[in-house]
Amino acid sequence: MSNSKTQQDQNTPDKLSSAISSEIMIELGTVNKWYGAFHVLKDINLVVHKGERIVVCGPSGSGKSTLIRCINHLEEHQEGSIVVDGITLDKNLKNLDHIRTEVGMVFQSFNLFPHLTILENLTLGPIWVRKMPKAEANANAMKYLERVKIPDQADKFPGQLSGGQQQRVAIARSLCMNPKIMLFDEPTSALDPEMIKEVLDVMVELADTGMTMIVVTHEMGFAKTIADRVIFMDQGDIVEENEPNEFFGNPQHERTQLFLSQIL
Amino acid sequence: MATGVSGSEAVRVKPQEKFNFFQDERVRSVFFQILTVAIVGWLAWFLASNTAQNLDKRGLSFGFEFLDLVAPFDPDFKLISFTAGVDTYWRIFIIGILNTLYISFLAIIGMSFLGFSLGIMRLSNNWLISKVALAYVEIARNVPLLIQIIFWYSVIYAVLPRLKQSLDLSFGAELAFLNIRGLYVPWPVLGDLLWMTFLALAIAAIATYLFRRWVQKRQDLTGKSFPLLLPSAAILIIFPGLVFLLTGSPLSWDIPELKGFNFVGGASLPRAFIALLIALIFYHSAYLAEAVRAGILSVNKGQGEAAMAIGLRPNKVFSLVTIPQAMPAIVPPMISLWMNVVKNSSLATAIGYADLVAVYMQTSLNTAGHAIEIVGMTMGFYMITSLTISGLLNIYNKRVQLVER
Repeated sequence: MSNSKTQQDQNTPDKLSSAISSEIMIELGTVNKWYGAFHVLKDINLVVHKGERIVVCGPSGSGKSTLIRCINHLEEHQEGSIVVDGITLDKNLKNLDHIRTEVGMVFQSFNLFPHLTILENLTLGPIWVRKMPKAEANANAMKYLERVKIPDQADKFPGQLSGGQQQRVAIARSLCMNPKIMLFDEPTSALDPEMIKEVLDVMVELADTGMTMIVVTHEMGFAKTIADRVIFMDQGDIVEENEPNEFFGNPQHERTQLFLSQIL
Repeated sequence: MATGVSGSEAVRVKPQEKFNFFQDERVRSVFFQILTVAIVGWLAWFLASNTAQNLDKRGLSFGFEFLDLVAPFDPDFKLISFTAGVDTYWRIFIIGILNTLYISFLAIIGMSFLGFSLGIMRLSNNWLISKVALAYVEIARNVPLLIQIIFWYSVIYAVLPRLKQSLDLSFGAELAFLNIRGLYVPWPVLGDLLWMTFLALAIAAIATYLFRRWVQKRQDLTGKSFPLLLPSAAILIIFPGLVFLLTGSPLSWDIPELKGFNFVGGASLPRAFIALLIALIFYHSAYLAEAVRAGILSVNKGQGEAAMAIGLRPNKVFSLVTIPQAMPAIVPPMISLWMNVVKNSSLATAIGYADLVAVYMQTSLNTAGHAIEIVGMTMGFYMITSLTISGLLNIYNKRVQLVER
C-alpha cells in the first residue's frame, strides 16, 4: 500500500488542472451488446462531460475497446441509448455521419493509409468530408504535424516511419477533422518502450488543451497524470470508477485490487 | 602478438582456401549448365533432322510459299472482305487472327465489367445479392468451359425462334432481328460530311478533359466538389449531336431485310459467335470475381475503420481507400485471366466460329497441308498475343506497385 502511494507521489507532481464543464458530451444509457451469444457489454451507463479525460482499463476481453468503438458506431450496440454531443446514435445515417465527424479515433495499429503520403493521410478527411480547399487543408495538416513534431515527414509514406511517428501522424489525422471528442484504443500497445513516451507526450499535450478524451490504456502513469476519472471494466461490466488518486490508492473492489496488484 | 593491447592493429592473414575441384560450388554449377545446354541442343538437333528426313521421305517440302496460294473456301465470318478462289491463304490467316482478336476483345471487356461487379456483389451485406453472386461463381467455375460453350450454343438453338418467326428486337420497327442463326443489326453507311461529327467528338473529348481539370482545381481551391458525370456526358453528346444535325445527318443505315432464305444487308453476328462470347464472359468473369473479392479482402479491416472514423461515407471509403489498395492484388491474376480469354477462345472450333484455329489451323491445314508451318504460325500468334498482354499489364502493375506500402 505504502509502495503504491510513493509511486503515485512521484508520478503526479504536475497533475493537469482540468476544466470540466457541466455540458454533457457523451451519454450512454444501459447499453448492451452481444457478439453472437457472448454478452460483451452489460448495462453500461456512462456520462462524459465536456473537457473530461477518462481512462478505461481492465483485463483483455473485458469490453473496453468495444465500449469506445460503440461510441462512433464502428460496432453496433443492440440495446440502450448512445447520445454524442446531443445527437442520438440510431439508424439515421445523417446522425451517424455527424457523430463520426465530431469524434476522432486513434487505433492500436495506427491504420494509416499506406498508399497515401503523410500529408495526404491528413487531408483526406478535411477535403472529402469537410469540403475544405486543398491549400487550406494542407496548411491545416502542416499545423497539426508541427504539433506532433514531425512536419519534416509530410511527403513520406507511412511505411517509411517508425511506429511512434506513425501513431503521432494518426493522432494528427484525427485532429485535422477538428473533433470535439477523441477516442484512443490502446494507442501505445503496439509500440516499443522508447516510442511509447513520444506518443504519450503528444496525448498529454492534447489533454492540456481541454479536449474531451476517452483513453483505453494500460499506461497507469499516464492515467494518473491526465485522467479525471478512471474506469475499471471486467467481463462487460463497469466494476469501479473513481478519480485516479482514490482509484489507485484505495481501490474498493476485490477484482480491481487484484488487477492493480498484477500490473503496478 | 598481444591482441590489440598496444593499440597497433594486428595484421590478419587471409585464411588459405583449399581448392577441391570436385567439391567446389563454382565448378559444379558450370558443369551442370554445360550439361543442360548440351542435352537441349541435342534434342533440338534430333527433332529437326528427324523431321527433315521424314518430310524428304514422303516427298513433302518445308516452306511458306503456300501462303501465296489461292484458298478454295470462304470463311463464314470475317471482318475484311474475302473472295473464295481469288484471295490467298495469307488472307485466311489474317481473317482468323482478326476473328480471334475481335471476340477476345469483346469478351475481355465483358468479363472485366461483370467480374468486378460480381466480386463486389459477393461482398455485399445483402444476403440475396451475395448468395446470387456465390451461386453464379460456383456454377461458372465448376463446369468445364467447353461444355459451357456447347451449352450456350444449344440453348440459343432451343430458345430462339426460326428464321421466319425472327424476334424483332426493335419492337415492331423491323430494324434488328434475332433468330437461331444469329443476331442481325443495322449497319451505318458513312456519309461525306461525317468527318465533321468525328472532329466535333474529338473537340468534345478535349473539352471534357479540361472540364475535369477545372473541377479538380475548383475543389482544390474552394473545397466544393462539382458533379462530373452528367455535365461530361452532356458535352460529349450535345456538341457532336448538333454538328451532326447541322451537316445534314451524313449517316444512313443499312437495315437487314428478310429476303428469301436469309437476311440481307446490315451486320450479323452468327449464333456460334454469340454463344462463344457468352460462354467466355460467363466463365472468366467468375474467376475475376474471385480475384476481385480476394483483393478487396486482402485490405486490412482497420483501413476501412480508420476511413469511417474520419467521417468518410462508405462509397468514398471504397473508392479512396479500399480499391487503391486492392488493385495491386487484383491486377496480376487479371493479367493471366485476359490471356486465358484469348487462349480459350480457340475452343471456338467446337461450335464452328471461324477463329484462327478453326479457319486456319483446321480448314487451311486440310486443304493446303504444311502442318508444321501452320501449327507453328498459330502457336506463334497465341504466344505473341499473350506476351503482349502480359507486357502491357506488367507496366501498369509496376506503376501501381511503385506506390509505397
